[in-house]
Amino acid sequence: MSDEMMEDEGTIKKFGYVNRKAPYGTVYALESLEVVLIGAAFDQDVSVIFMDDGVYQLKKGQDTKASGMKNFSPTYRALEGYDVEKLYVEKESMDIRGLSTDDLIVPVEVKSSEEIMQIMEDQDIILSF
Amino acid sequence: MKFSIMISEGPYTHQASDSAYLFTKAALEKGHEIFRVFFYHDGVNNGTRLTTPPQDDRNIVNRWSELAQAHKLDLVVCVAAAQRRGIVDPEEAKRNSKDADNIAPGFHISGLGQLIEAGIQADRLVVFGD
Repeated sequence: MSDEMMEDEGTIKKFGYVNRKAPYGTVYALESLEVVLIGAAFDQDVSVIFMDDGVYQLKKGQDTKASGMKNFSPTYRALEGYDVEKLYVEKESMDIRGLSTDDLIVPVEVKSSEEIMQIMEDQDIILSF
Repeated sequence: MKFSIMISEGPYTHQASDSAYLFTKAALEKGHEIFRVFFYHDGVNNGTRLTTPPQDDRNIVNRWSELAQAHKLDLVVCVAAAQRRGIVDPEEAKRNSKDADNIAPGFHISGLGQLIEAGIQADRLVVFGD
């Protein structure tokens, strides 16, 4: 194994996953979650950000029966088990939609849009969904 | 600089694949390295050889295949997204008992880990999508 490869194996980058869309209208939320779960195996520094309609992904009490879609809401609760613990929700996005942390299925850190901007600035990689 | 590219939207419906192609081509012309191009969400639809656009329009799929051949590009189609949307290579066809495959030359199907690795290995991961 070359020195370069050895070095790469030890690389830890800050991966920021930005979720901006509602959970069932499009496939982005589900496929974003799949990336986060697979990515967790790579031992990177992961932050997951929810903003705009993406905050609805964490809303309690989702029932997809009538739409025939798979309810992936419980998977967000499994994230902690994958050491994905930095979940940020943008305050302005919650406020404008009348949501509070009591409405969410997992504990999150609520951040202002300015703070979210700084979190994004700190990332090496931003994957936007 | 070493770039990785992610494409999140299908061909023709959305400009993402066009922009990604032009970016990739320009980067290569300037002497940069493209570590990998990863196709996700509807972006996997860029990898079917069965596409037949009108003759007076660009052929987005062939264009990627040709660029891949010219520069030995690693064009990776996400397996989970591909299975949902019916993008199949010979191995996947066999594994899932399908009667055909449709993967275009230069593309291959692999896992999401390839996207994470592309992010780790490249200096920049550039995402083309909505």
